[in-house]
Amino acid sequence: MREEHVIEAEGLTKMFGTFTAVDHITFDVKKGEIFGFLGANGAGKTTAMRMLCGLSKPTAGRATVAGCDIVREPERVKRNIGYMSQKFSLYEDLQVWENIRLFGGIYGVAEREMAQKTDDMLRRLGIYGEKNTPVKRLPLGWKQKLAFSVAIFHEPKVVFLDEPTGGVDPRARRQFWEMIYEAADRGITVFVTTHYMDEAEYCDRVSIMVDGRIDALDSPGGLKRQFGVGSMDEVFYKLAREAKRGE
Amino acid sequence: MRQRVKVQGGESAGRTGGKGVFAAFVKKEFRHVVRDKRTMLIVLAMPVVQIILFGFALSSEIRNVNVAVLAPHYDEQVRRIVERMDASEYFTVTGMLTSDKDVDMAFRDGSADMILAFGGGFDEVYTVEGTEIQLIADATNTNTATTMVMYATNIISNSLTDGQQEMKAGIVPDIRMLYNPQMKSSYGFVPGVMGLIIILICAMMTSVSIVREKEQGTMELLLVSPMRPIMIIISKMVPYLVLSFIDFLMIVLLSVTVLDVPMAGSFGALCVLALLYIIVALSLGLLISTKVESQMAAMLGSGMVLMVPSMFFSGMIFPVESMPLFFQWLSKILPPSWFITGVKKLMIEGLPAMYVAKETLILTVMAVVLIAASLKNFKYRLE
Amino acid sequence: MTEVSVREIFKSYGKVEALRGVSFEAERGELFGIIGPDGAGKSTLFRILTTLLVADSGSATVAGHDVVKEYNAIRACVGYMPGRFSLYQDLTVEENMEFFASVFGTTVEENYDLVADIYRQIEPFKKRKAGKLSGGMKQKLALSCAMIHRPRVLFLDEPTTGVDPVSRKEFWQMLGRLKEEGITIVVSTPYMDEASLCDRIALIMEGRFIGIDTPRGIVAQYGAPLYAVRADRRGGLLNDLRGMEELEACYAFGNEVHITAKQESAETERRVAEALAAKGYGDVEVRRIEPTVEDCFMKLSRR
Repeated sequence: MREEHVIEAEGLTKMFGTFTAVDHITFDVKKGEIFGFLGANGAGKTTAMRMLCGLSKPTAGRATVAGCDIVREPERVKRNIGYMSQKFSLYEDLQVWENIRLFGGIYGVAEREMAQKTDDMLRRLGIYGEKNTPVKRLPLGWKQKLAFSVAIFHEPKVVFLDEPTGGVDPRARRQFWEMIYEAADRGITVFVTTHYMDEAEYCDRVSIMVDGRIDALDSPGGLKRQFGVGSMDEVFYKLAREAKRGE
Repeated sequence: MRQRVKVQGGESAGRTGGKGVFAAFVKKEFRHVVRDKRTMLIVLAMPVVQIILFGFALSSEIRNVNVAVLAPHYDEQVRRIVERMDASEYFTVTGMLTSDKDVDMAFRDGSADMILAFGGGFDEVYTVEGTEIQLIADATNTNTATTMVMYATNIISNSLTDGQQEMKAGIVPDIRMLYNPQMKSSYGFVPGVMGLIIILICAMMTSVSIVREKEQGTMELLLVSPMRPIMIIISKMVPYLVLSFIDFLMIVLLSVTVLDVPMAGSFGALCVLALLYIIVALSLGLLISTKVESQMAAMLGSGMVLMVPSMFFSGMIFPVESMPLFFQWLSKILPPSWFITGVKKLMIEGLPAMYVAKETLILTVMAVVLIAASLKNFKYRLE
Repeated sequence: MTEVSVREIFKSYGKVEALRGVSFEAERGELFGIIGPDGAGKSTLFRILTTLLVADSGSATVAGHDVVKEYNAIRACVGYMPGRFSLYQDLTVEENMEFFASVFGTTVEENYDLVADIYRQIEPFKKRKAGKLSGGMKQKLALSCAMIHRPRVLFLDEPTTGVDPVSRKEFWQMLGRLKEEGITIVVSTPYMDEASLCDRIALIMEGRFIGIDTPRGIVAQYGAPLYAVRADRRGGLLNDLRGMEELEACYAFGNEVHITAKQESAETERRVAEALAAKGYGDVEVRRIEPTVEDCFMKLSRR
């Protein structure tokens, strides 16, 4: 039996003029998988992710996300995904519940479920008492957990995380990853872009992009064996050192 | 282990601030300006655009007003007045109407902006019983209407006195517009545009460029360098001083050549006044930069707090004399109003330099106070 | 010889206490790392040491000068690289270098030998605007600019944040060479894995140092048996391990779980493996491991 693929990309390519930002990448991500999408600055991660989120049209190739074609049905793609980035996720000057309501509304969570779901979520996070606090007053670790909860509030099939845990303390980071594991166990597929190798170690499988191509794709353990090194850092170093672009 | 550390601290911990640093800083500042297309556009294009806009498009003076004449009898006196009207550069006589009913039509179809209506038997009895000439003007724009009626009145009364040497009855108004006999509005706005552009370039650009350094974090690096804070400020001001002086010269040149504004007084005195005003504006910008943290706030601060009041209360657009007392008083504390008055005296009225002593003194005091205030507020640490 | 000395520094912004009593000393030629998450107080400490902020209480000296009274002398002999990229983006690489050299009253040529190692790597792009450089090159340029006046002490605030692993590695190699020149370097980072590259480290959390030692010393202080566990499925593994009496702590660590036993026992590995097998996990692997700085940070911040 074929496993269910939530993301399928085939020869996905994006050119800006004569510059090939993403160069025929082919991969798929299984349901409930935590997929790490790695690459150096400028390797093409962001461009590839924009295409998968239906924000930018590929020059060539095809891809489906949550069963929807990213070229023909970008609006349906957007309804079935969640998105969180470290740079922007929540409105800092809005209160906690206002943020939840806003994003719930945007993603079409039914009005009558909203109040109940909001309370449940805040209790689960243990920040029910902070319901009326403006987000900017929350500690960074809480903010990240809240942002992730908001990104999966509408139970998307896939959630895209753009460098989610840079700079948080080790304890908060663990709590964050435990939330990601829980979501994955519930069947939500997690797609993480990052260039922090220790973040990569938490993923089920990782791909490493170099100069717009995917040069390696396996579990962290598999990659370490393949390159005969002890850490993802060294795997990355071996691959990215060859990069022509950027540096 | 190699030991090659040159000790720069201790006794010789000299603060840099010599000519070399200054030159390097000014060079760098010019690079910022030249490479930022928006800044260059503002600095170079704005004076030209403003002068041309004010000079031609927004001009409040009248030209080529279409006049229709309504006269029951086309006699000698009427003919003389109509001919004079037509001969003036302001009016063009476009038609003769024969009945009152045509008046409305003439305005509606746009063939006339003003109608000159003569009463019956004008030729005979223009003196005693008050045979009259009526001026009917389209007052959609009140300013234009007032001006054209005034011009027309002048022409009519001139032709009346010419025709009849002994003018016995009625007081003919004799309006003389000193210094600006043709009532050219360019005379009024050139000093205004100068005041505005200089404030804009100096205050807004200086404050934005200093705050930009705060925002991008380079101010931190400059503060951690041995460069004296005052040197940072002065070298930051120099390029804008140069640029706004160039703008000032551009405006003077354009005004004299394109708009025929006279350069009646001493050009040297005018330059000194402008330089003084530029320094006031620069220190205002500096003061703003010490108070705000973002480029946006600097922009709004200098734009809203400085530019708008400068436009409204310095007599550039509306005469200050007709404003409520509070605003008249407000205009007195705005540097542009003093500068504009000074420029008017020197450039248009051609008064000797000593007549702007008051303006010069007040601007000097303002400069000293502002520089002192901004130096006091300039932080040599981050808080 | 002590180049940087910090004693009981406190600093608050309104109600927020950024630093609550921080003390340390760094010797000449030492590479001292301050390691901790965002918001722990690292940047505030750097700004106090570079004379940009004044502490509420406590004292500090840099190169023998008091940070408050003799700020002029310090400004002449330290190099500083702030947390985010702080060079002129609209100036070229070369122009930035020249500018900062002259601000410090020197020239690029005069101290070229010191920065040559780093600068040579970006010199081919010297006509390029700084804003158009890649992350790694920006960081090299910023370091070159901070070094151009041959400072005695270098303060580098999170120089490797947002930079990819290849550039990070090169950057640390460069710091190693500068250290050999006798320059004292105080560097901060949120990455625990960079700790081992420093001579000594201070772990910072919520405005306090929770440990100061050599990286080895920190690891040696862990003082409890640590094991790595892996199994064929991840779901529920953490919770099942947390239910076990004899374990003190357990948390995810990459794709493994790290567990700390309450007591030293030769039986721990076997017992944990058996318990997991009994719950239906396959391919269970439990092995004793050396703690990393991250494990130590977890443990120290628990107190």
